[in-house]
Amino acid sequence: MEEKIYETLNEIFRDIFDDEEIVVTPETNSDSIEDWDSLEHINLVVAIEKAFDLKFSMDEVTGMKDVGEMVEIIKERGKNL
Amino acid sequence: MRQLEYPFDADEIIKKRKSLRRSLMEEEAASSRLKKRVAVLGGSTTANVVQVLDLFLLNQGIEGTFYESEYNKYYEDAMFGNPELDSFQPDVIYLHTSVHNIMTFPRPTDSTEQIQAKLDAEYGRFEAMWKKIAEVHGCVIIQNNFEYPDWRLLGNKDVTELSGRVNFVSRLNALFAEYARNTQNFFIHDVNYLSGYLGLTKWCDPFYWNMYKYCPAVPLIPELAYSVSCIIKSIYGKNKKALVLDLDNTLWGGIVGDDGPENLQIGTETARGETFLEFQEYLKAQKDLGILLNIDSKNEEENAIAGLNAKGSALTPDDFICIKANWDPKDRNILQIAKELNLGADSFVFVDDNPAERHIVSEQIAGIAVPEIGEPENYIRVLDRSGFFEATNISKDDASRNEMYKANAERSKLEASFADYEDYLKSLEMTAEIASFSKEYIPRISQLTNKSNQFNLTTLRCSVADIEEMAEADNWITLYGKLEDRFGDNGVVAVEAAEIKPQTMDSLGKEAHIRLNLMSCRVLKRDMEFAMLDVLVKKASEKGVTTLIGHYLPTKKNGMVKELYTDLGFTRDGDIWKLDVASYKPQCKVIKIN
Repeated sequence: MEEKIYETLNEIFRDIFDDEEIVVTPETNSDSIEDWDSLEHINLVVAIEKAFDLKFSMDEVTGMKDVGEMVEIIKERGKNL
Repeated sequence: MRQLEYPFDADEIIKKRKSLRRSLMEEEAASSRLKKRVAVLGGSTTANVVQVLDLFLLNQGIEGTFYESEYNKYYEDAMFGNPELDSFQPDVIYLHTSVHNIMTFPRPTDSTEQIQAKLDAEYGRFEAMWKKIAEVHGCVIIQNNFEYPDWRLLGNKDVTELSGRVNFVSRLNALFAEYARNTQNFFIHDVNYLSGYLGLTKWCDPFYWNMYKYCPAVPLIPELAYSVSCIIKSIYGKNKKALVLDLDNTLWGGIVGDDGPENLQIGTETARGETFLEFQEYLKAQKDLGILLNIDSKNEEENAIAGLNAKGSALTPDDFICIKANWDPKDRNILQIAKELNLGADSFVFVDDNPAERHIVSEQIAGIAVPEIGEPENYIRVLDRSGFFEATNISKDDASRNEMYKANAERSKLEASFADYEDYLKSLEMTAEIASFSKEYIPRISQLTNKSNQFNLTTLRCSVADIEEMAEADNWITLYGKLEDRFGDNGVVAVEAAEIKPQTMDSLGKEAHIRLNLMSCRVLKRDMEFAMLDVLVKKASEKGVTTLIGHYLPTKKNGMVKELYTDLGFTRDGDIWKLDVASYKPQCKVIKIN
C-alpha cells in the first residue's frame, strides 16, 4: 500500500513542480525541493486531497513536518489506495 | 488548448499549471497574442488567481503581464497608489474582493438609519476607489461583487431583515450593479452568481480562508479565473461572433432524412423534445443579441428546411444567415460560410453532437471553438458557461446585426443584375453620416477597433477610455461613418482618427498621422473609404493640416488594404504614404454625405 501511495505522490509532485526527476521519500520536506513555497504547498494539498479523496484538517496541515507524516494520514483516512 | 476550454478539469489545471504554461508559450499563435497589463488588487490571497488567470488569458489570445498587490492592500493601492503600480501602467485593474472585505455589517440591534449609514459607508469606500482608479489610471476596472456570507445569524430571516447580512450583501450588490450600468469601462465580475452556481459550501470552504486567506477556496479558483478571463478577452475583441450548428440530434432529436419532419423530437410533447426546444429558444435569444446563426449539416437541403419548419420548433429557416445542408466535409462548409459572411473562421463556434465531426473540424480549422457539448440536456450549460459571447460592450448595432447580414444577401442579388459596378452602387441610394466621434457612438467605435481585422490599417485596439481621450484632444481629428442604403441602416461601420503633429524643422506645414483607419466588413467595396477620406481631408484642412500621413502595419489578416493608400491617391514615401491636402479633390461619387 505504502508503495502505491508513494507512486501517486511522485506523480503529483512531478506535475506540480514540473520536474520529472523528483522522487519523494518519507524525509522529503519543503527544504528539499527548491520551488516548494507556500503557494505550491497549497496546490500540493489540493492535488493530494483529490487523489486520495480525503480532507486534511487545519491542524494536520499545520503539523505536517515531512512527506512521511503526510503518508501516515493518507494510510489512515485516504481512499483509492 | 482542450484542457483550458470549458468544461475543464479544475484540479488538473492546478496540478499541471507549469507544463500547461510551457505548452502555451510554445504554441504557434504565441507571437501574435495581444499584450495586456493586468493589476490584481486583492482583498484575499491572489497568487493562485494570477497564475491561473495567466493560463486562461494565454489560451484566449492575450499575453498578460501582472501586478499583484500585497495581501489585502487593494484599498491602499487603489487610493494612495505606490510607485510600482504607477509605473506598471495597467490596462486592466481587477479588484478581487470578497464578502470578507466588508468592514462593518449591521447588527440585529441597529436602527434603520444606522444600517443605512453602514451601507452608505461600505459602498462609498468602494466607489471612492473606482473613481480614484479612473482618475489616476484611466484603465478598465473589473470589480467582484459579493458572494453571500458563509453563515446566517438570523437563518432564513437574514434575507428579509435590513439587519441581516444576506440582505446587506444583496443591497450592496445592487448598488455595485447600478454603478456599472452607468459607468463606461467598469465591469462587475459576478461572483454572487458564480458562487451560487458552483455552490457556496465549496466556495466559502473555511479551511482555505483560515489557513491561507483564500476566497474562493483554491479548487474553485480556475472557475473564477476563467470567468474573469472571459470579461477581459471580450473587452479586447476576442469574442466569437457566429454559431455553426448541426441539425440532427443537435437542434432536434432524431434524423430528419430517415424519420421525417413530423416525427422529430422537438416541442413540448416529450421530455427530450422539450430539451431540444429549450436549446432552440436559447439560440434564438442569442440571435436577438446579434450572434449570427448558421447551419452545417449532412442532409438534403430540402429535408433540412422541412426539419426547421417542423411543428414545435422555435427556430425557423429565416433565423439563419447561411444554411449549408449537403454531403461536403463540414470543415469545407464552414470555410465557405466564413467567406460569405466575411468573417475569420476563428470567429465561429461549431456545435455538433457527433464527436467525430467535432474532431475533424477542430483539427482542420485553426482557432475555431468546438465545445465538448455533451448530452442534449447540457448543451445550453456548456455554451453559456463557455463565455464565447460574453457581453461587455453592448452596442445598439448588436441587436440588428442579423438584419444587416440578411440585407447584405439582398444586395448580392441586386448586384448580380447590374453590368456596371458603379451603377449598382448608385442604385443602392447610399447616404453617409460622417462626423467627429460623438458620445453615443463611443462604445461602438471602441468595439469596431477591437473587432475589425481585415479592413484595418493599423489594428490599433482602443478601449472606450482611449476613444474618449481622442475625442476630447485638440490635436486629433476623429471621424465615425454611418452608412444607410435602400435596404437598411448599416450603423456605424467606419472609423478614422488622425493625430496632428506640431510643425517640425524639416517640414513646413502641419502633418496629421492617420492612426486609426478601419471599416466593418459588412460594407466593403461600397466606396465608403473615399467618402471617409473626403471628409477627413476637409477637417484636416480646417485645422491647418497640410499633409496627411498614412501608415500600414501588416498583420496576418489585413492584406486586403495593403495598397489602400495608393488606391486613395496617396504617394508612397518609404514606409509611409503622403497626401497633399491643398490639391485634394473629393472622390466619392456614389454616397451622399450628410
